[in-house]
Amino acid sequence: MAEKIATREAYGNALAELAEKYDFVVLDADLAAATKTGVFKKKYPERFFDCGIAEGNMMSVAAGIATTGKVVFASSFAMFAAGRAYEQVRNSIGYPHLNVKIGATHAGITVGEDGATHQCIEDFALMRAIPGMTVINPADAVEAKAAVEAAINFVGPVYMRFGRYAVPVLNDNADYKFEIGKGIQMKDGSDVTIIATGMMVGMALEAAQTLEAKGISVRVVNIHTLKPIDKDIILKAAKETGAIVTAEEHSIIGGLGSAVAEVVGEGCPVPVVRLGVNDEFGHSGKVPPLLEMYGLTPANIVSKVEEALKLKK
Amino acid sequence: MEQAKLNQLKKTAAQLRLDILEGVHAASSGHPGGSLSIADIMTYLYFEEMNINPADPKWSERDRLVLSKGHTAPALYAALAEKGFFSRDEIKNLRKVDSFLQGHPDMKGTPGVDMSTGSLGLGFSSACGMALAAKIDGKDYRVYSIIGDGESEEGQIWEACMFAAHYKLDNVCAIFDWNGLQIDGPVAEVMNPTPFDSKLKAFGFHVICIDGHDFEQIAAAFAEAKTVKGKPTAIIAKTVKGKGVSFMENQVGWHGSAPNDEQYATAVAEIKASM
Repeated sequence: MAEKIATREAYGNALAELAEKYDFVVLDADLAAATKTGVFKKKYPERFFDCGIAEGNMMSVAAGIATTGKVVFASSFAMFAAGRAYEQVRNSIGYPHLNVKIGATHAGITVGEDGATHQCIEDFALMRAIPGMTVINPADAVEAKAAVEAAINFVGPVYMRFGRYAVPVLNDNADYKFEIGKGIQMKDGSDVTIIATGMMVGMALEAAQTLEAKGISVRVVNIHTLKPIDKDIILKAAKETGAIVTAEEHSIIGGLGSAVAEVVGEGCPVPVVRLGVNDEFGHSGKVPPLLEMYGLTPANIVSKVEEALKLKK
Repeated sequence: MEQAKLNQLKKTAAQLRLDILEGVHAASSGHPGGSLSIADIMTYLYFEEMNINPADPKWSERDRLVLSKGHTAPALYAALAEKGFFSRDEIKNLRKVDSFLQGHPDMKGTPGVDMSTGSLGLGFSSACGMALAAKIDGKDYRVYSIIGDGESEEGQIWEACMFAAHYKLDNVCAIFDWNGLQIDGPVAEVMNPTPFDSKLKAFGFHVICIDGHDFEQIAAAFAEAKTVKGKPTAIIAKTVKGKGVSFMENQVGWHGSAPNDEQYATAVAEIKASM
């Protein structure tokens, strides 16, 4: 079993490490201990600014700092970064296309016990809709660190989603390369493609093993950048495998499934079956039973693939 | 203040008022009332107070202005045009589809606009971000931000006030344009945000109350603000909405409507007569 690390841990560690090489400042809204920006704060207190529990103000402050040429990270839980501060992100950061990097942790239902008010399952939909916003959702700790560095080197607003729940490290290999907007083929196959993002990539690989044992050849693609989305890798999968299943820890409305369906519908119509949270709020609980409850499991990916294969015929 | 300087400021302010009316009239839309109420403060900021260079609008050491009450963009555009950031011929294209003068300020498209604003409550926070950046970099530029009295009903204004005092941003100066009217009526009746002075003092500001149409008082307030250390300054400027055009003064209806041809001619004649 691969080592398990939450991507929020990787985020905090990446900020602390990369601060030696790059000049940036970090803002948080009283959640530094949870978002892990506290790791950075401890090492570089003079470059860390707590904004208190006022996320809207934090985003507009970040925009102001960015106008002076600085790279700014602004962190909170996804619910408050993308949800509470949506309009500040849109109007203060997005409209002037300022160089603010939003580090949104505790996304999705894997927040766990805190329950529905804190389980943001709409952030891709919200952030994707903002013109010029780049949206990244790393699958593991390796990808999370790479995403942070790529965001620093990229000029423009970036929304990055990180999780609280420890997930297996998948990309710990020498060939791994992170490029904003470029999907990664994790496994080749010819009958069907599972396009997954974030923590669902690991589950997609597990599901693929089960399906291969049944004689189904499955391609697995990791979409770490929801926007701009890698149309080429999606259309290639549509053409070569003829059926697609998407998997995300997000509402089935407006996220990866929607983005893939948009690309496939316009470029190479084939069946697209979406796995995600089915237009409902979250719930308190430990993560494993929550994942079962919402169908975010390798077993459910397998059944969605079977559904897609039926539609293909 | 020397009489010659005072006369020149008054003349420039009158020209800004003419520009505001020209733009709003040509666009057949926009916000003349609150633009006219800040015309004198804008004049002082752009022609006396701020360290800026129209030839280099992105100069890193410049003083900044964030027009948090972004709907009064015509006043900002008038100041920028008269200062030479762009041709004053552009004023007549305000809000038109082929112009860079958007209905609300756009920092990407308009030379001299330091921050995109318009959604009320957001701008002052960004001014605080700029001021914090100056502190981080050890730079001595100052950041000015004009906030509407109605706008201060937005909670984020007070979040930003907390932030400014917490980080001791003595390089930020908030100007509250207290013209007393908002869309639905008198500010005191819609949702009373006053008293400004004691609230802002309680939030940790150095507070100066002035008549926002008296250049002597405006000059003294900005001079005083620069001497304050360790805390932000708020200038509470009592103003008249629609100032300078008799039929617009203190009339809520002129918050967001443009004069017709006849009204425009009357307004221009009044202002020219005052010059």
